[in-house]
Amino acid sequence: MTEKVRIAQLSCGPEYSGVQKEIYDAAAMVDAEVFFPDIALADVQQGFSEFGLDVRSPDLKLAIARAKALVEGRIDADAVFIATCFRCAEAAIVRNELRRYIHENSTLPVVSYSFTERTTSGTLLTRMEALTTIARRRALLAREEQEGITMGIDSGSSTTKAVIMKDNEIVGTGWLPTTEVLKSADGVVELALQEAGLRFEDIEAIGTTGYGRYLIGKKYNAQLVQEELTVNSKGAVYLADRQHGSATVIDIGGMDNKAITVQDGIPGTFTMGGICAGASGRFLEMTAKRLGVDITELGPLAMKGMEDTVPMNSYCIVFGTQSLVNALAEGSSREDVAAAACHSVAEQVFEQQLQEVDIKEPVIMVGGTSLIQGLVRAMGELLQTEIVVPPYSQYIGSVGSALLASGFIRGE
Amino acid sequence: MVKVFIYPATSLILSDMVARFGHEPLGSAIGIRERIQTPGIESPPLQITPEEPKKGLKWAAVEVPSGVRGRMAVYGPLIEEAEAAIIIRDPDYAFGCMGCARTNELIQFHLRHKEIPLLDLAYPTSDEEGVGFVAAIKEFLTGLKTEGSA
Repeated sequence: MTEKVRIAQLSCGPEYSGVQKEIYDAAAMVDAEVFFPDIALADVQQGFSEFGLDVRSPDLKLAIARAKALVEGRIDADAVFIATCFRCAEAAIVRNELRRYIHENSTLPVVSYSFTERTTSGTLLTRMEALTTIARRRALLAREEQEGITMGIDSGSSTTKAVIMKDNEIVGTGWLPTTEVLKSADGVVELALQEAGLRFEDIEAIGTTGYGRYLIGKKYNAQLVQEELTVNSKGAVYLADRQHGSATVIDIGGMDNKAITVQDGIPGTFTMGGICAGASGRFLEMTAKRLGVDITELGPLAMKGMEDTVPMNSYCIVFGTQSLVNALAEGSSREDVAAAACHSVAEQVFEQQLQEVDIKEPVIMVGGTSLIQGLVRAMGELLQTEIVVPPYSQYIGSVGSALLASGFIRGE
Repeated sequence: MVKVFIYPATSLILSDMVARFGHEPLGSAIGIRERIQTPGIESPPLQITPEEPKKGLKWAAVEVPSGVRGRMAVYGPLIEEAEAAIIIRDPDYAFGCMGCARTNELIQFHLRHKEIPLLDLAYPTSDEEGVGFVAAIKEFLTGLKTEGSA
């Protein structure tokens, strides 16, 4: 059994919100333990005075003092989890500043979350898994080249993808909409094998990721079953050839979105969101359907349109759809509506998630939605930077899995 | 005997004073420790479940953070029960401390708007103020006793 990863919790409100047990449960699922840095009452006063953020809530002052103790090495930890109540402005400021402070002044992986009483261990699982992976598998994540013949399978909420890699080259791909998880996986594996001209027995190691990773991992006896935050960031910097230095990875998925800052291929801070489908690829799928075009045609259509001419706010998918229908009824062109939909999704991601990570260039967009040029353009305009979309960006999870899985061929 | 809500609710000193003068202190049965090894400064003695923030909706609306509502589920009923209250403003953490500033504001607001005898005192910063502080609490509690027995 591996040694437990020790996650230091800096928080305000989880006990009185009734979610502390959920945090413990999520950590236990990934063989980690949550602990509270032991500090003296006197340190609380000193800690926040030195930090310079004079908040009113004593528990937030306690979180600041604990963060200082971690950064200064007075307390040992493998990772940090910051959690505060959703809708508390004071806590949001502290959460943000502490995440930045720890990221800039230590090598500790850190993730933050704002909870409600409805937060469950399932919601926290992917975040905890990513935290423990970074802490536990630094050596594996340092891998920069794929070796041997490996396969990566990404079972996403909308689509299932497979990639076969051989000697650092992609030799086969498969892509299908996700229907039945296992059936879709079997389909993409077959497609990838056909394209690669290989038999299943030739595959030396397999990695799985995405929502169906456990089920598929079990069926195919995968050596690596890994959440998509670490896998996608690894795949992104590998495909974009930015394995050294800093980068930001944005993945607007079918069900949730990820924004990850990466340093030398290893995730530093990340956010994962998806409260409403209005800020996800799902809204763009709906838009394409309403406009009568295939999703692959939405991007080129949007590139011809002017988003400013159509008011659209997809904060909520229902209202977003309403704006879409109204705009078409008022005679707006399909091009303008497509552009407005892309802009709206980019804006939601920008407002809801990208404020929580420090954007470091280059910004790499990955996942199926990165092929929608209109969305990439809108994101670039909002971030005022040129977005990098690497080749095979829609296969990012599979490529990351195949790359990391090759570490298991020789038992790393 | 009068039921006296104490703020900070974690102050064992205030709780003891109220009891010594023959009244029933309403507060949390925990003291602030010199070393903090729990999630918060005044971690609840019992497991709070996600039901508590829902019960807290009686005192705070749904847009109020869950931590505030969870705390109000604990302190709200005590405030309703209170026949008198003592509020110590800006106390030293060692005297007693409650982790969430927003809940503290809300608790004090409810106490000030309840028509009960209320002692609203600043925490002393010198020995001299300390003597006056204790005397003021004693006078308040003695007065309650007189009213109660009248």
